[in-house]
Amino acid sequence: MSRLPTWAWAAMVLIGLLLFNLFLTPGFFHVEVRDGHLYGSLIDVLNRAVPVGLLSLGMTLVIATGGVDLSVGAIMAIAGTVAAELIARPTGTPFEGGKSAPGLAAPMALLTALGCGLFNGLLIATLNFQPIVATLLLMVAGRGVAQLLANGQIVTFSEPAFASLARGATFGLPNPVWMLLGAFVVFSLLTRATALGLFVEATGSNPVAARYVGIDARAVKIIAYALSGLCAGLAGLVIAADIQAADANNAGLYLELDAILAVSVGGTALAGGRFSLVGSMVGALLMQTLTTTILTRGVSPETTLVLKAAVVVVVCLLQAPSFREIFRRRVRA
Amino acid sequence: MTPILELSGIGKRFLSVTALDNVDFDLRAGEIHALMGENGAGKSTLIKTMTGVYPPDAGTIRMEGAAILPRSPDEAVRHGISTVYQEVNLVPNLSVMENLLLGRMPKGPFGIKWGAARERADRAIARLDLKVDVRAPLSSLSIAMQQMVAIVRALDVSAKVLILDEPTSSLDASEVDSLFAVIRRLRDEGLAIVFVTHFLDQVYAISDRITVLRNGLKVGTWTVAELPRLELVSQMIGRDASSLDRSALTVLSSAQGQPIIGAENLRRRNSVANLTFDIRPGEVLGLAGLLGSGRTETVRLLFGIDGPDSGTLSLDGRRISRLRPREAIRHGIGYLSEDRKREGLFPELSIRENMLVLHQVKHGWYRRVSKAQQKAMAKELAERLRVQPPDVERPIQYLSGGNQQKVLLARWLAVEPRLLLLDEPTRGIDVGAKFEIMSLVESLRQAGRSFVFVSSELPEVVRSSTKVVVMRDRKAVGTLEGDAISEERIVREIAAP
Repeated sequence: MSRLPTWAWAAMVLIGLLLFNLFLTPGFFHVEVRDGHLYGSLIDVLNRAVPVGLLSLGMTLVIATGGVDLSVGAIMAIAGTVAAELIARPTGTPFEGGKSAPGLAAPMALLTALGCGLFNGLLIATLNFQPIVATLLLMVAGRGVAQLLANGQIVTFSEPAFASLARGATFGLPNPVWMLLGAFVVFSLLTRATALGLFVEATGSNPVAARYVGIDARAVKIIAYALSGLCAGLAGLVIAADIQAADANNAGLYLELDAILAVSVGGTALAGGRFSLVGSMVGALLMQTLTTTILTRGVSPETTLVLKAAVVVVVCLLQAPSFREIFRRRVRA
Repeated sequence: MTPILELSGIGKRFLSVTALDNVDFDLRAGEIHALMGENGAGKSTLIKTMTGVYPPDAGTIRMEGAAILPRSPDEAVRHGISTVYQEVNLVPNLSVMENLLLGRMPKGPFGIKWGAARERADRAIARLDLKVDVRAPLSSLSIAMQQMVAIVRALDVSAKVLILDEPTSSLDASEVDSLFAVIRRLRDEGLAIVFVTHFLDQVYAISDRITVLRNGLKVGTWTVAELPRLELVSQMIGRDASSLDRSALTVLSSAQGQPIIGAENLRRRNSVANLTFDIRPGEVLGLAGLLGSGRTETVRLLFGIDGPDSGTLSLDGRRISRLRPREAIRHGIGYLSEDRKREGLFPELSIRENMLVLHQVKHGWYRRVSKAQQKAMAKELAERLRVQPPDVERPIQYLSGGNQQKVLLARWLAVEPRLLLLDEPTRGIDVGAKFEIMSLVESLRQAGRSFVFVSSELPEVVRSSTKVVVMRDRKAVGTLEGDAISEERIVREIAAP
């Protein structure tokens, strides 16, 4: 038997979708240069895939340890709010008064997000909370925290330097795409150039055996959730910079679910163990390509979610050896 | 007296393995009948033929004279044969009442009749004089009480035969006493009881008759008075105690130097007691005893998986309160578990990763061993231990048990521990692999490494140990050294009252 990577099926569906667009969606592959920036549906897909892509990097590690992080959407909202308020200093909030500090916005937002991730990790690793319960806490309470910080308002700001995080472009590609690429490289090096990846996989594959070979499962889990928080912070910054506002209610809403889907479509088992960062990237791209395809073809937005679900089911079935076996027998018969 | 349950000529094969061969067994009303045998003797299979889990391939089962052939546990229950298994097979989150009546709740037109259910549960509990609130969740009860609830549930279906499969393995002494009181009471009411246990004391405390199985054959049935302990142990392991000699024994010089680990009067509640020994460089400490005698529990204390409640543990002459696995590893102690699946394997990971994960842990997470180096090491280890297949990139889950075991052993060899705790390292692997592993242990011992060696096979223990601690009923009951190590002595120690 050949050893196909676990994400091969998602990649095939992605290629199929791109081929579909190549022949049936006019202009999908059209890319042009305007003011030194690249424009086109493909670039748009890449750009819009960034928030889920960032989330799914952290989520991959968390899921590989056998857990799940439901709080990333809420962490995005918190990080976006912190950044927006450091710039706008709106009245009636804890950030009122003081000098606008755009230079501090990104670092402070990321630090807050890291703190949120550490909080999750500590609950799970040291107090033995079920991951789904621990992160559900922050998923629900986190939005409340963001609203308290924002005093219930949508905090808007105008700060070109900060906005360029999301709106600017470097070497033709939008900045967020570079951020995702950078994060992907950092994560790949962090997990595969060190032994962290192996320890994460061992912890998720068999926690008891991991303990008996001396792996510090606590530290591994705390690192995974902290990194997931950090990724969420980054994604929150991208969204806030893009709309030049922080919306505590809606920023990153339900994105945790998209991230979980991207990871699982990418071939990382939800039970933990083996993970693939490349797979999660393919998964995130697949989800966004699908959304963009549906939108450009003028299908009603309500149908989008149903179609997304259908594609996820197809990829998951393709990944299952038992299903492929049934399929193969049918074909032979 | 005519038997209530009579099995004759029972045979059962699994693929090419004969689990039971022409076994007869009879059970009388009002007796407690102990079913004894070493691991793999066929006790569980015999019980499962009675309870409908594995219908026999040959032979007949008669219940009160009528031939029956239970094809499922349900059917066996309808014939009046109920079983209580070693682990409590109940639902911890449900109440005692719900557990008692699960699947047989009294129902009315509006669903379950809770009032009637409550009454029935109270009555069933009262029959054994238990003091339990039937509304309490099962998990709030002690394990012993849960065990009794399981018995009550088994009795609720007008059972005539009650099979107790190692009911005492997780109970402490006083809990065993109260369980026994209940069992005796049931016997006096005329129930026929089959009792399976590994504890010799308990057999003699409660049984009326004993049947011994060995390698799927029935050795015999005796009344308790006819079968003294020493005789029972000899029958179970298939060696006549008086004919055992130590001619095959290679006498090993006892080792010198400071003990790596010393234990003094080490004890853990509900686990093991009375452990006093030390392990010096170049020693192989054999732990001998029947299954369930506390061997695994001892090894777990030495690796720091469990902590002792009292007694002292010392590491390189320094007293410590307890170890943790990570510290143990740092001090050069390794542990090869008898439960490969649960405690050893990373099933989806490759042979290479399974072999070298520990090496990597010792190296530190940030200093990754290069893949080329990993491959070279894994290949060398795989060759040295003759792992099949030799392709080290295959996931370990597709290997045979013996080869998985070799990979796990290689995991420890890669870090060269000073002391390796081997818990049944040769179980379930073929003779060739067994020999390879045992000769590896001997050559490493000569190089000054130490081992703790747990095995159910006495000849293996005798052949490779420089010192043997004999365990019985979760206590260390004797230590044999040098010339004194022989199968005969070990059997005598195990059987001594």
